[in-house]
Amino acid sequence: MQVGLFIPCYIDQLFPDVGMATVEVLEKLGVQVDFPIEQTCCGQPMANTGCIEDTRPLAERFLAIFRDYPYVVCPSGSCVSMVRHHYEAYLAGRPGFEELKRKTMELCEFLVQVLGIDRIDARFPHRVGLHNSCHGHRELRLGAASELVIRPYNKVRKLLESVDGIQLTELERPDECCGFGGTFAVNEQAVSTLMGLDRLQDHQQAGSEVITAADMSCLMHLDGLIRRNGKSLRVMHVAQIFAGRPLSGSPLATSLAK
Amino acid sequence: MSATSCNHAKEADRFTADRPRVQWHDQALWFVRAKRDAAAHAVEEWEQLRETASQIKRHTLARLPEYLEQFEENALRLGAQVHWARDADEHNRIVLRILQQHGVHKLVKSKSMLTEECHLNPFLEQHGIEVVDTDLGERIVQLRDQPPSHIVLPAIHIKKEEVGQLFHQCLGTESGATDPKYLTEAARGHLREKFLEAQAGLSGVNFAVAETGGVIVCTNEGNADLGTSLPRLHIACVGIEKIVPRAADLAVFLRLLARSATGQPITTYTSHFHGPIPGGELHIVLVDNGRSRIRADRQFWESLKCIRCGACLNTCPVYRRSGGYSYQHTIPGPIGSVLGPLQDAKKNYSLPYACSLCGSCTDVCPVKVPLHHQLLTWRGEIVRRGLLPWRKWLEMKVVSWVLRNRRRYQWSGKLAGWAVRWTPRWMLYNRLNDWGKSRELPEFPRKSFRELYRNRNGRNQ
Repeated sequence: MQVGLFIPCYIDQLFPDVGMATVEVLEKLGVQVDFPIEQTCCGQPMANTGCIEDTRPLAERFLAIFRDYPYVVCPSGSCVSMVRHHYEAYLAGRPGFEELKRKTMELCEFLVQVLGIDRIDARFPHRVGLHNSCHGHRELRLGAASELVIRPYNKVRKLLESVDGIQLTELERPDECCGFGGTFAVNEQAVSTLMGLDRLQDHQQAGSEVITAADMSCLMHLDGLIRRNGKSLRVMHVAQIFAGRPLSGSPLATSLAK
Repeated sequence: MSATSCNHAKEADRFTADRPRVQWHDQALWFVRAKRDAAAHAVEEWEQLRETASQIKRHTLARLPEYLEQFEENALRLGAQVHWARDADEHNRIVLRILQQHGVHKLVKSKSMLTEECHLNPFLEQHGIEVVDTDLGERIVQLRDQPPSHIVLPAIHIKKEEVGQLFHQCLGTESGATDPKYLTEAARGHLREKFLEAQAGLSGVNFAVAETGGVIVCTNEGNADLGTSLPRLHIACVGIEKIVPRAADLAVFLRLLARSATGQPITTYTSHFHGPIPGGELHIVLVDNGRSRIRADRQFWESLKCIRCGACLNTCPVYRRSGGYSYQHTIPGPIGSVLGPLQDAKKNYSLPYACSLCGSCTDVCPVKVPLHHQLLTWRGEIVRRGLLPWRKWLEMKVVSWVLRNRRRYQWSGKLAGWAVRWTPRWMLYNRLNDWGKSRELPEFPRKSFRELYRNRNGRNQ
């Protein structure tokens, strides 16, 4: 099976190991991964600011680059949600767009729904707290949101639970926003910071050593707070855990240190 | 940015400066959210109720003129008098005229966000009428000369110690008293006098039933009942979106309202007013004040489904940490951030950005107002109308230009990484670096993913 790998711009530039881990996880499961080099960014920063006309050309580029792949896989719920739920305004009616929406998937979702995986062959003997990143959680519905009265499920957590030696911690607020929110993090710096610090507090009281998530952007914000405040928590993307990376001092260090 | 516009982030800074208070405020509201969760999860068909409520509201809004006329006809039949107010000003003048015609100079009021929206209290006070809010929280903020900071819990931002001090000054309670029971008893005694003196009672309305002409008021303190039974004159102020077609529809909405608002199965008092009390008068004032315009708005009409339960405020991680006043609008939180710009887009341009787009409000809303989607849609409108500060607008233009070309993107990434690595810390963490005020920047790696990927594939080949 061939997939087009969609690596969000900030992962490409700031967290290359998350991209490499994604490639390794997919290849280990026999997926043929292709990274189309022309890709840049899905346009979410512009779209979330309301700059619709500045987003349009990026949405069009995205469709042109990815339309011929049978699946498009991405290690970010937020960027996938941008394509699936927010490209309508730019691409409605374009040839290939309906298919693009159907076949663009977040990594965990792809593993569970398309590959039918329910066990990850990796070892990570640590106490891990799962941060349910909002767009994956409430737009892609990777897990049951705590507000809804529905049968509980969580695709990301289920995969993590299968990792050898892992201990998942229980949070007081299992799906509260970390306060990243894209440009929100700088527009509303004070509130964003307080939201992040409260998440860290919750993970500390739950005994997490590592915070993991299906979105690196939340973790970038939380890691910035961890390092500024000298906390002992660490952050890792779920793909890094799935790829068998050891507990790292910094989310980007592993592959660079090699 | 115009001088008349409100900047939520700046306003929030006042509240966030007091960290212990923010934490207390957040926890007080989270407690309500947790109670709501427990109450909602006890109702197996909760999601079905939400969908039904949404459908009823959609249907009603689509046929609002018919239902309003039906309501008027039935209310008249029950002996009520019905008034129509185009806007806040007309609403205030109608209420004043009714009061003046009856020689009223003392009025008791139960909770009504509509009259807050219309700024009725200061208007009546200017005309020599004493207005006493009788909901405990409302009375507390009234004595402090503040507006409510929450639509259901108007004094949620005030600690019991502060209430004790206020009551000591205004009601003569013991100095330093903080016992909620003692303070509530004191307020009760004080309000009882006001009820007895009042010549008229004014209430808000939660639901107005078209097929019966009745209005329904939900309270926990019974203040609306006392305030409308002791005086002969009852004025009920209703936003036109409060109409439901049938009495049976209340079976859906009443189950959702209290559970969503406070986690109670039902409010302590759910009072159905069908016409005036014997020997009295009931005046119903139906208020538009921009609602017809919202109803006709292709993008935002669903915001009229709101039943003012406040669940979106309680769940909003931004509201809990920035406080109601940071919104500078009668209705704060997610729903207020949708409605605020509908009333005045220029003044309230920053409200749709006071949101991390986490989507919790959309999932908690009992009538399925797609709140965070509406906030995102508003951002597009703000930009289209040229209301976004030019610096942010320009930033996005530049970023978009960079991202439209792979080479520009790669070179910009290199340049940014180089700049972050080589700029001295004191210069990098300058006062314009909002990220760096409270957070470390990510450590820019020397090689991007695409470089690592190419190298690896190069080796493999």
